[in-house]
Amino acid sequence: MAIFLTESSSVIVQGMTGSEGRKHTSRMLASGTRVVGGVTPGKGGQQVDFDGTGVPVFDGVAEAVAETGADVTVIFVPPRFAKSAVVEAIDAGIGLAVVITEGIPVHDTTGFWSYAQGRSTRIIGPNCPGLISPGKSNAGIIPADITQTGRIGLVSKSGTLTYQMMYELRDIGFSTAVGIGGDPVVGTTHIDCLQAFEDDPETDAVVMIGEIGGDAEERAAEFISAYMTKPVVGYVAGFTAPEGKTMGHAGAIVSGSAGTALAKQEALEAAGVRVGRTPSETAVLMREIAG
Amino acid sequence: MDLFEYQARDLFAQYDVPVLRGAVASTPEQARAAAEEIGGQVVIKAQVKTGGRGKAGGVKLADDPADAEAKARAILGMDIKGHTVHRVLVAQASDIAEEYYFCYLLDRSNRTFLAMASVEGGVEIELVAVEKPEALARIPIDAGTGVDAAKAREIVAAARFPESVVDQVVDVAQKLWTVFTGADATLVEVNPLVQDPRGKIIALDGKVTLDGNADFRHPEHAELDDAGAIDPLERAAVAKGLNYVKLDGEVGIIGNGAGLVMSTLDVVAYAGEQYGGVKPANFLDIGGGASAQVMADGLGIILSDPAVKSVFVNVFGGITACDEVATGIVQALAMLGSGDTVGEAERRAKPLVVRLDGNNVVEGRRILDEAAHDLVEQVDTMDGAARRAAELASRA
Repeated sequence: MAIFLTESSSVIVQGMTGSEGRKHTSRMLASGTRVVGGVTPGKGGQQVDFDGTGVPVFDGVAEAVAETGADVTVIFVPPRFAKSAVVEAIDAGIGLAVVITEGIPVHDTTGFWSYAQGRSTRIIGPNCPGLISPGKSNAGIIPADITQTGRIGLVSKSGTLTYQMMYELRDIGFSTAVGIGGDPVVGTTHIDCLQAFEDDPETDAVVMIGEIGGDAEERAAEFISAYMTKPVVGYVAGFTAPEGKTMGHAGAIVSGSAGTALAKQEALEAAGVRVGRTPSETAVLMREIAG
Repeated sequence: MDLFEYQARDLFAQYDVPVLRGAVASTPEQARAAAEEIGGQVVIKAQVKTGGRGKAGGVKLADDPADAEAKARAILGMDIKGHTVHRVLVAQASDIAEEYYFCYLLDRSNRTFLAMASVEGGVEIELVAVEKPEALARIPIDAGTGVDAAKAREIVAAARFPESVVDQVVDVAQKLWTVFTGADATLVEVNPLVQDPRGKIIALDGKVTLDGNADFRHPEHAELDDAGAIDPLERAAVAKGLNYVKLDGEVGIIGNGAGLVMSTLDVVAYAGEQYGGVKPANFLDIGGGASAQVMADGLGIILSDPAVKSVFVNVFGGITACDEVATGIVQALAMLGSGDTVGEAERRAKPLVVRLDGNNVVEGRRILDEAAHDLVEQVDTMDGAARRAAELASRA
């Protein structure tokens, strides 16, 4: 099963002919992902060779979907073109759009988020590493060889903390790891992932990684307390972040007394989530449950 | 980026939002000239990006140009909550009949925008929100449809603006929306929005936050940047394209990925509790694909921080291979050693604790072992390395 992404997912890459798109398409293919096409306006009809595997390029998403039956798109296009790329994916009715691009103006993200409401596309990201269902499929830039298939679900705002946690628990393995992104507005939230892991028969427990900014973790805590039966272990980054400074991620900012790591930790603990003080300590907590 | 009031005022004026005449001045003489230009009574307002300037004496009325010069002289150079006043806004004085509140902001929780308006303006709106929540109207705004006349009327009605000013406020609300979207703002706040004795609506004070991600379509935003006000190390980092935030501790931090670096700061602060309370000295994310040059730029900035006593390089090789990172560290130290950016004595005093894990870690650790640099020490785990870096900082 896994969530959002399985071995039967057919993936296209918007921006596949660019340097990042090409590099990561190659890595996705190497990890067994069914990449069935790429989209670059004006380059339709070309083929890109990846170690002997020819991947066709289409001018538009609708055409790529019609020709290949793709149900997932991974978007690498630059920030100024990202909104139209996502809207095009939504218009093509694709089930999942994974937006890797960092640096998209928030007016554009709220624009495509608004456009997606009432339509059939789930958006993950932007400014995210994508998601991986180890051994099945990999949509984005998460290194596939860190971990193996297992029964832990992972949801995180941060890419590198995702990798760190996958590495710490590599012997147990993961059903799906989702990097939801570090922007103030993202298409898929902690709650969306928690719900999906709760419903996934192949997931036994969940690691949830949050960071300063916004109130997504507090809302997730309410959700966990009301709906989750599977155990959740948490980690929150940014206790030492000063007020009013953006810490790398556009969304990682404490504004006044809002969005602090302490408030998030307390909310999670009040919901019965054990929260580690360091990533390694968090891995130990998960090991006690899933090991 | 947060704008100064005078910058917000200029922006409002560009979008036909009614504002009073005014000009920015950085010397008392300029303030006098501005007062002469405006004529009559003026207000001298300290330009600082913090609240409470009125209480701190940063806003004064001046009756004539000579008075404006004197008041500006008193205000320029003042310290308001740690912010030095470098400029004042000289604005036409206005009699105020009523004070209102109006803002648009990004509502992260609901992934949309929000309008907030109140007829109880002029005070801290956070207090109104807590003490009289019914007096603060909150109307969600769909990013797809925005604020048209009907939406503006909905906001104005919800906030119960008096009938006599409804049409004017509806007009201002639409213009402020064009400011919000046109400038790619995440906050446009007018407090107070005033009604003068003749019944005219004026935006008297404004606060604007712009989205840095949208700079590519706003070349004009570059000149709004207050580069002089930021920490010199932060300025040097910006010039190198590095993602750096100066903090007040002793352990310099370099890592890859915003989340891992934030986590590294926390882990160092915890470890520091055992070592005299040492803390992280900075946030520095060198991102993926850390080249020798990026590592050298980062190390250069951190080692030139006089507060730094030890450095913790924390890298998890995801896409980046640890052997490349290790090579980068060795080359960076060689580059720094041959360059003149950092003095020999300074570097000697600052040991580096390196933790590498992930992709090609064995090769990465071997490269560092073989280089056997006298300043570099490897520790296998993040928590262990944080303890060692804190210990070294506490001894220095």
